[in-house]
Amino acid sequence: MHGFHATPVEASLFGVLAIASLLLAFVMLGSRWLRHYLIAFAAESWAIALLSAAVGYIDHYPELYVIALLTLAFRGTLLPYLLLRIIRRLTIERELEPLLRPGSSLVLGAGAVVFSLVVAARMTQALHLAAEVVVLALTVMLSMKLIGYLMLAVRHEAVSHVLGLLVLENGIFLGTQILVPGMPMLLELVILFDLLIVVVCFGVLVRYLVGQVGSTSALQLRRLVG
Amino acid sequence: MTGIATSVLIGAPALAVLAMLAAPRPRLAERLNLAAAGLCFIAAVAMTVSAPAAGARYLGRYLIVDPLGAWIILCAAVVYLLASIHACGYMRMPGEEARLPRFYQFFALFALTIFIAPLMNNPGLYWIAIEMTTVVSTFLVAFEQVAEAIEAGWKYIIIVSAGITLALLGTVIFYWAGTFSLGPTYDMTWRVLRHAAPHMDRALLVLGFLLVLVGYGTKVGLAPMHTWLPDAHSEGPAPVSAMLSGALLNAAMAGIVRYLAVLHRAGLFMLPDQILAVFGTASLLVAALFIVRQRGVKRLMAYSSVEHMGIVALGFGFGGPFGVAGAMYHMLNHSLNKSLMFFGAGNAMRSFGTRSMTRIRDYARHFPVAAALWLAGAVAITGAPPFGLFASELTILRAGFRGAGLWAAIVMLVLLILIFIGFLDHFRVMYFEPAGDDAPRPARLGAWTVAPMWLALIPLLVLGLWWPRAMWRDFQTVEQVIERPAAAPAPAARASARMPDARRAS
Repeated sequence: MHGFHATPVEASLFGVLAIASLLLAFVMLGSRWLRHYLIAFAAESWAIALLSAAVGYIDHYPELYVIALLTLAFRGTLLPYLLLRIIRRLTIERELEPLLRPGSSLVLGAGAVVFSLVVAARMTQALHLAAEVVVLALTVMLSMKLIGYLMLAVRHEAVSHVLGLLVLENGIFLGTQILVPGMPMLLELVILFDLLIVVVCFGVLVRYLVGQVGSTSALQLRRLVG
Repeated sequence: MTGIATSVLIGAPALAVLAMLAAPRPRLAERLNLAAAGLCFIAAVAMTVSAPAAGARYLGRYLIVDPLGAWIILCAAVVYLLASIHACGYMRMPGEEARLPRFYQFFALFALTIFIAPLMNNPGLYWIAIEMTTVVSTFLVAFEQVAEAIEAGWKYIIIVSAGITLALLGTVIFYWAGTFSLGPTYDMTWRVLRHAAPHMDRALLVLGFLLVLVGYGTKVGLAPMHTWLPDAHSEGPAPVSAMLSGALLNAAMAGIVRYLAVLHRAGLFMLPDQILAVFGTASLLVAALFIVRQRGVKRLMAYSSVEHMGIVALGFGFGGPFGVAGAMYHMLNHSLNKSLMFFGAGNAMRSFGTRSMTRIRDYARHFPVAAALWLAGAVAITGAPPFGLFASELTILRAGFRGAGLWAAIVMLVLLILIFIGFLDHFRVMYFEPAGDDAPRPARLGAWTVAPMWLALIPLLVLGLWWPRAMWRDFQTVEQVIERPAAAPAPAARASARMPDARRAS
């Protein structure tokens, strides 16, 4: 149950996939080129899809195969494609004036991981769960959350913001697969669908931004204060 | 009757949207929207009257109609009706005619998403419904398509979507906490969570509640997560601002209250109540500071929304019969009053052609009736008698003075006085400071834009003078659900459970 009683081999498989996703979040954090973000995000979604399938196979949740396929289709393919179209239309290649150099953001990101690890270790202690998979899942979930917020805070290109939001959601999705694999499928389906709508909305808004504000950088959004 | 009311409530706006898509003509869209709003209002009243205390479930338990949800829907339906009437006058400005069908499609859809959220019986689906309200209303905020409106829309969707992912994480944590007693796969509903709460781990419950509170608190506009609110509320058209403020914020508050009930059922009172009180007083403080130095007329109203959501949060945080009843009464009063204020602000903006209060002068001389209504609304929203908000704020304060939230009640009282002075001073300037000689003559106001101000003010006055007993009973049923700890059915035990639980919890 809960994947807590996985054998060491299975647990390390989960661990490898979770850590791979976390590393890809760092790739996004350390890169300046929008296209690299996008590739890293797509790869991260693929890793999460693999994780879903692995959990489904090992813990006997056949519905997770469906989730894995949909994750591949939506998060791994369709959303990156839609964002790629936005990037192409914008002719913006990279963050022009990053608020923090990639190196500094990476250091902050590392701090976020350490903090998440401490929180996760405390939580599992309080719950009397000895499974390392749980600590790992909580750590990755919380640190991807923090890294997503970091991306939202230090980047100001519209597309980076959208990707930051998607990283936030990816973190939750990843944690969900390990912690509560039995969560009713309906929810995950609706969340996938919801993401698609959100990204389409962002696409429309980005077009407005280009048309009316003349820029997609949040640094230009400073008319409304006080 | 509850079933019929629910289907009308969902069906009317949905059909209106479809009809508008089929025949996109401005006048027709206006009428369809108005008809849908009228039907929704009737359905919401019927729903509030007939909702059973334990909640009626529909569509295989995905929908629930309980007194709390019905009440929040009633508040939303009132605002939807008033805003639809106001929109008939406000949105008919030259040059916008061709885009009116699009506006009303989104407007009705927005109302629909707000109605759906409190009906959701599954916390996960509730999350999605709240996310949908954001997506739909972003386009309404950005509707005027000037740079400011788009900036507001962008900030709105980014900040709220980012914030609300925390609520999703909180939802997952609550589900996880339930798996320890209910097994890996179970049907998560509000009631299942409440029943499982005593068996859940306290650390997980508290973590989940904090995440949910910050997540939905972003949407409610509790400080310090309120930063999107003044922009979105001030840049959308006035009817949209009224809907955002009077209807949407309450719908997001519903989630916080339902999770609060889960924590109370687990015997956790002190911690969540105090945290709510902290967020509530922070909202009041931020609102007070920005109200005093405000220059934009709609931003003034927006910060007032932050203030009133803080008061509602304080009411639920103080708890007890008075706290819950005061908070719920305050929701309706605020919905009526804030609609009135946004209509007045929108009218002033349209007729003077400016958002800045420094350029609105001699308002009462130009528009005696509309100005009197708006001024009465301003007096009401600062909590002065004899209007409804006075009654509800006094009730919340009474709840605060008798419990562990005494400090918050005192802070609330001081800040309310500060806001009273600051808010009304802006009105003194707009009404009584003389205009320069070169001041342009303001444009005229139509009947459609003034009528809903009457319709909001009269009930507000009635609710201030007379608190219907049926409403009080309704609030007490909600209070039973929110405040009851698991193993204490008798009223005496309930009263004693509130105070010493800090020691029990540790």
